[in-house]
Amino acid sequence: MKDMFGALAEVVGESYVSNQPEETYFYARDPGLMPPREPDYVVVPKTVEEVQKIVKLAAKEKIPLVPMGAGMALTGLIIPLKGGIVMDMKRMNRILEVNERARYALVEGGTSQGLLKSYLEKNHPRLRHSIPDSPATATIASNVMIHGQGRLTQQYGFNSDMVSGLEVVLPSGEICKIGSCAVSPHWFSKGAPFPDLSGLFLGWFGATGIITKVAVKLYPRKKMRDVEIFVTDREDLVPEIVFELTHTEMVEDINVFSQPRPMIFKDNHHTTLFITGDTDEELEFKRKLVWHSLDRFIKSKDGGFMGVPPVLKPTILDSPQRSVCRFADVKRGGGFEYSGPIILVEKYPECARKTMELATKYDLAYSAMARIIGRGHCMMFGFAFTFNRADSDMMERTRKALHEVSEYALSAGGVFWKPTVNEQRMALAKMDPHTRNLMKMIKENLDPHGIMNPGNWEVA
Amino acid sequence: MYQLAFDADRCRTCPTGDCLVKCQYLQADKETAKTEMVKIAEDKDSFVLQECVTCYACEEYCKRGNHPFYLITERRDEKGILVAPRAITTQWIHIGEPQGKYRVGQLKEKVLSFGFMPEFLKMVKGKLFEDVLPSYIFGQEFFCNVVYIHFANTEIIKERLPAIIDNFKNLGVQEVVFMHDECYAAFTSLAPAYGMEIPFKAIHYFEYLYDRLKALEDRIQPLNIRAAYQRPCSNRLCADKHHFVRDIMNLIGVDLVEREYQDENALCCGGLFAMCFGYDLAEDVQTRNLDDMVKHGAEYCVFNCPACQSALGTKVAKRGIKPIHMIELCRMAIGEKP
Repeated sequence: MKDMFGALAEVVGESYVSNQPEETYFYARDPGLMPPREPDYVVVPKTVEEVQKIVKLAAKEKIPLVPMGAGMALTGLIIPLKGGIVMDMKRMNRILEVNERARYALVEGGTSQGLLKSYLEKNHPRLRHSIPDSPATATIASNVMIHGQGRLTQQYGFNSDMVSGLEVVLPSGEICKIGSCAVSPHWFSKGAPFPDLSGLFLGWFGATGIITKVAVKLYPRKKMRDVEIFVTDREDLVPEIVFELTHTEMVEDINVFSQPRPMIFKDNHHTTLFITGDTDEELEFKRKLVWHSLDRFIKSKDGGFMGVPPVLKPTILDSPQRSVCRFADVKRGGGFEYSGPIILVEKYPECARKTMELATKYDLAYSAMARIIGRGHCMMFGFAFTFNRADSDMMERTRKALHEVSEYALSAGGVFWKPTVNEQRMALAKMDPHTRNLMKMIKENLDPHGIMNPGNWEVA
Repeated sequence: MYQLAFDADRCRTCPTGDCLVKCQYLQADKETAKTEMVKIAEDKDSFVLQECVTCYACEEYCKRGNHPFYLITERRDEKGILVAPRAITTQWIHIGEPQGKYRVGQLKEKVLSFGFMPEFLKMVKGKLFEDVLPSYIFGQEFFCNVVYIHFANTEIIKERLPAIIDNFKNLGVQEVVFMHDECYAAFTSLAPAYGMEIPFKAIHYFEYLYDRLKALEDRIQPLNIRAAYQRPCSNRLCADKHHFVRDIMNLIGVDLVEREYQDENALCCGGLFAMCFGYDLAEDVQTRNLDDMVKHGAEYCVFNCPACQSALGTKVAKRGIKPIHMIELCRMAIGEKP
């Protein structure tokens, strides 16, 4: 087709399609380190029917199509590696249903985390969803697509585990419902008791279809929330500390971090834990159990709870945590990227030491952070480095450090979270060949022309 | 020169053993107290070295010129006996390390020292301070470091204090009003005892407030409230200034409730106990303290130390008592809104 611009404009209207460099420039990159690649077109649909038409158009013309939420993954997952069309989902941002008693929310594929959070606070104050610490503009669909984690991850697993239904536009242009919604008007389960087909889409980064609707489970939102921070100078004790804390089943979210700046954090490992309650009694009951669970470390002088000044609490309790942005600009120039393998909690000491080793080797500012997933079933360990975008040498050093992280993580038994294209290749190379073949069958059957986010999960 | 001397013979002949008999946290009778303090003086082991919670109160309880708490601290330091978990100690030592980020107002001969407590940057204003402000200093470069006696680490104090004193000297100030007991004690007793010369006159802020209130007496409207006073551990290091609490309250029409845990018998805020010893001790001390305030009908809880207010303020408020700092209370008394 000669006039793709015109064809796209016919679907969404001229205001919502562009091939102008001032716009394609921004859609060529994310805030991470991956090199940019400009799309030929950017299109911003409003309805699922428009998505269908665009997908059919791309399939007919065999033009690459990259669905995009807020583009915050940092690992280049929405960079159109082979050009084509970037489909920005942000206009599809309606909250379609909140079932208060069944505790789920159904939203369109471009709905942001912040929008759902504020909607729930206003209209359903006793409900909350597992909000990640990405900027509030990050979308719910893209977060579950990358198996993101959030505030409720220690209690309920990956955010994708909390999905209770999907609507997907397949690469053929057909609309497909996944989960209970396929046979029922209610979106309470993404699979069970039928075969769980959500795995055909979650984790595929849009390479098998575009999520146009997603239902997520909601959870009780208590009236009060507080934070405690347990510090130790022995990284080898962190897995035990996490084990004891998760055993209490009293904690909402558990994060561990170590970083050299500001000075208050130097030389220690900090386990940040959040507790909630509807009454002072409930909150204090939980606090007491949590503190007592770590008594032996206090008695041996191996660790203790630091006093969190009341003035600091709002910053730490902020959800999502905006203070993350400050780390992103430590070196000025706004560069920040991390590799966040999913790995056993027992690997924390190794990972923490590796972070410091690489920071020294490549002369980089670092932050090591871990979010506990489930009751200590695993963790996302973030090897985070900050850099100045105007300093190409520093950026190159960061790339090298992150590459070493990738090699290390795989060798330590970890798996990449939201992997870059290079990490996807590394994972596929190491993967059980039968598993890889199954992925290939899925990809080839769903996307025979390879138009969906090409470059990602290229099993074939 | 001021000395933090300790003479074991004074303990041997002590008629009361008050240092440990009066201790709120250790159990000791007169004979035990005398025996244990002599043991410590003779560099022998003692359960006191293991169990002292660092409330500083024995410095005030001893009326025989000895300095039991400083001795306990020195001995713990020498023997490497930890009070707090290592990580907590490290954290606090890092916090106080000069970073070159200090703030200095428009200096005069007299200056207000906020130490390294940012609360004072917002709290200290109004008529009470108009004769000194905007002459103030704030930052680690002017932080006395005395808090490290809680962690039995006098070495860091001895190491940092000379540079801190030099920083004051370089400013050329003649009089420094210290907004915290520990800072005041650092420059009136501890530093001189370490043989350091202090190139300025140290003034305790209670004394400053009292003088200012006297000067502004015509503006004072008696507050007619009932208040409990949360005496901080650090005030034990300059106990001679404690009388100003009552003096000030009398001046501004505050009825200081006569409760169990006041004056010599005051309980700690518990903030440090939680960090060093865990939940139970802090909870017990805080609960008894708050129950005592409620029982005696306190409407306000007046804080001297911002750290105490940080540890207890919310809990006090939840018991229906308004937490307020001494400075804010005094400002209220002259018709200002803190």
